[in-house]
Amino acid sequence: MHDHDHGHDHGSELSDTQLRVRALETILTEKGYVDPAALDAIVEAYETKIGPRNGARVVAKAWTDPAFKAALLEDASKAIATLGHFSRVGDHLIAVENTPQRHNVIVCTLCSCYPWEMLGLPPVWYKAAPYRSRTVKDPRGVLKDFGVTLPAATEIRVWDSTAETRFLVLPMRPAGTEGWSEDRLAEIVTRDSMIGTGLPTVTT
Amino acid sequence: MNGVHDMGGMDGFGKVEVEPNEPTFHEPWESRVMAMVRAMGANAGFNIDMQRFSRESIPPATYLSASYYQKWFLGLVKTLLDNKLVGADEIAAGHSLRSGATLPRGPFEKKDVVRVMTRGSFHRDVANPPNFKLGDKVCARNLNPTTHTRLPRYVRGHVGTIERINGSHVFPDTQAHLRGENPQWLYTVVFSGRDLWGDDADPTVKVSVDAFEPYLEVAQ
Repeated sequence: MHDHDHGHDHGSELSDTQLRVRALETILTEKGYVDPAALDAIVEAYETKIGPRNGARVVAKAWTDPAFKAALLEDASKAIATLGHFSRVGDHLIAVENTPQRHNVIVCTLCSCYPWEMLGLPPVWYKAAPYRSRTVKDPRGVLKDFGVTLPAATEIRVWDSTAETRFLVLPMRPAGTEGWSEDRLAEIVTRDSMIGTGLPTVTT
Repeated sequence: MNGVHDMGGMDGFGKVEVEPNEPTFHEPWESRVMAMVRAMGANAGFNIDMQRFSRESIPPATYLSASYYQKWFLGLVKTLLDNKLVGADEIAAGHSLRSGATLPRGPFEKKDVVRVMTRGSFHRDVANPPNFKLGDKVCARNLNPTTHTRLPRYVRGHVGTIERINGSHVFPDTQAHLRGENPQWLYTVVFSGRDLWGDDADPTVKVSVDAFEPYLEVAQ
């Protein structure tokens, strides 16, 4: 915390935060607002069930099933809801397709909007000032920070998540994956490729 | 509000630093903050917009230096205090000093967890048809409220094109301040990078925001 000054070093600043968070949980528990076991269950779900594997399965399905891909691009929430075995998805999800002509990148300049159900909790860089400030102005420079260089003529389309719509990039299926199963394809779909800051790659 | 949270287009923050194999949480307290925010949001009826506004209201120097979950913690404490669910004396004491209020949805228990794991729907029907259609040229209005808004500064005054009509949604500008859901049509408006950033900008860049109808006017 930086809203008071006790001359702490960095380590005790962290423990100060720890203590304050623990105290707040005690207050909320004593007041009967929350059951700590229910908080445990939320944490466990985000640590074990909700993550980019969900999105990767959707992308792999779209790569192998043209009817599903068309449905996904038409209404992603509706299309994913038909795949009962995935985690439930909220409303207002929009899938945007990368093509040789256009590369999509997702950002939230105002806070940290992100398709949690598809990708899990956002990484620190997604929520931090460098990414939030630069992506709408210099997306090619940001992509360079990720080691991604695209052809100079490719349109870069940045989607700023300023409302309750959420965006999932449908990356291009890499060459050399012909005949692969959905499971195998899902393995190469990285989190960053579904944000637009990475590309799926086939390691040989 | 024209806060430091509205970062689109600012310079000077440096490179994006990616942490390989980043864990879901870096410290256990981060996970407790996330869970408390979700739980109290769900059962105390803190809507997403008021939670965002509480974080945007963190003083700028603190906002820029605090970590993400520190901001969430500060925002949660502010929301709890503003809603009189916890007293400042209790925050200082580190434990409860009086009995709690009754939350709109009761105590947050295990049975409530499944409900917070799926995003709610923000769609609301409205009687009026959308004022704009696909392909219309619109100008993002020069609005500078000191209250919550989701119209970023970098598009204000610029002309873009309606690319998608996303239905009618809860309007954050009123909902954040408990002035009603006041649903409005929501559009994806796309701008050229050069219109936003000038002739030196990359000509291949296009940027869209999702803008509510009150943010937009017909381009002259």
